[in-house]
Amino acid sequence: MIKGFCYIMLFYVLGEMVSLLIGKLIPGSVCGMILLFLALTLKWVRPRDVDKAASALTRNMALFFVPASIGLMHEYKILMSNWVVLLTVSVVTTLLVIVVVGVTEERLDRKLSRRKGGAA
Amino acid sequence: MMNEIFSSTPFILLLVLGSYLAGCKLHQKKHIALFHPLLVAMILIIGLLTLLDIDYDTFCAGSSFISFLLGPSVVALGYALYEQIEQIRGKEIPVLTAVFAGGIVGIVSVIAICRVMGVDEAITSSLQPKSVTIPIAISLSEHSHGIPSLTAVIVFGCGLLGGIIGPAVLDRCHVNSRVARGLALGSAAHGLGTARAIELGAVEGAISGLAIGLMGVVTSLLIPVFENLMR
Repeated sequence: MIKGFCYIMLFYVLGEMVSLLIGKLIPGSVCGMILLFLALTLKWVRPRDVDKAASALTRNMALFFVPASIGLMHEYKILMSNWVVLLTVSVVTTLLVIVVVGVTEERLDRKLSRRKGGAA
Repeated sequence: MMNEIFSSTPFILLLVLGSYLAGCKLHQKKHIALFHPLLVAMILIIGLLTLLDIDYDTFCAGSSFISFLLGPSVVALGYALYEQIEQIRGKEIPVLTAVFAGGIVGIVSVIAICRVMGVDEAITSSLQPKSVTIPIAISLSEHSHGIPSLTAVIVFGCGLLGGIIGPAVLDRCHVNSRVARGLALGSAAHGLGTARAIELGAVEGAISGLAIGLMGVVTSLLIPVFENLMR
């Protein structure tokens, strides 16, 4: 498991480096996630070397963002004074994303498989 | 003397772990999405901090060990993504296009509504990653000078909403394929959408899990683009 954590920290560090190189456009942790995914896909890292550590971290992920959410204690005024905007954004954009993703995938999938079927 | 104990790191770690554990237990007993460990822990911790008169800065210092693990857990999501990518073999184009379209629509609609309603830049930055799983959303929000705690709450709210109304909305739009339904739930409502997708079926659940990671990557890549385009 220590080996797994080493790999994860290594990719976290590499991610931070990439983040710096691209002018901090994307957070280092997200770059690290993409790099780890690529390294596994390209078989530079064996899945069994990281699986235990990765699962230990992702299984209890909700715990790690508890402290960050406590900040709401300080920011609740923002929540109260902007609740109309916050509610509008949450409802409208959530509906939009569900519809766009669902409809796009289904239509495109049907179209592509029909084309494939026609060629055969 | 008690004050010294209450402000110590071990006590604060105990407070966070204990509250989270209580949230998990409650969630196991009562399967109600609103009793999510995060929400229960938040209420318990805020209540206890007020009651024991522990100030916010002391709490942050004490819990920094737990907060730090957020970064590595985002990196670890790369492994989860690798494990799940198999699910869409042969459907790469429609799946990726759909998530990409969803990501664009999600970010543009947030920026547009915020513009029209005239809110603070910091609020817009906090809302942009609202369809993404909370750890990534917090990192993105922090990164673009948003308010991470506001992001956490809104993302949670959107997930709850998406999980509850998602299947009905998809029925309305005549989206029947299991892949499309799972993908839509995971993209819009992250973990809470996946919890609902698993109830719909194994295919929906698996695809939805993958959608969480894909939406995280796509949104992370798109936010800087739109921040530059629309400013």
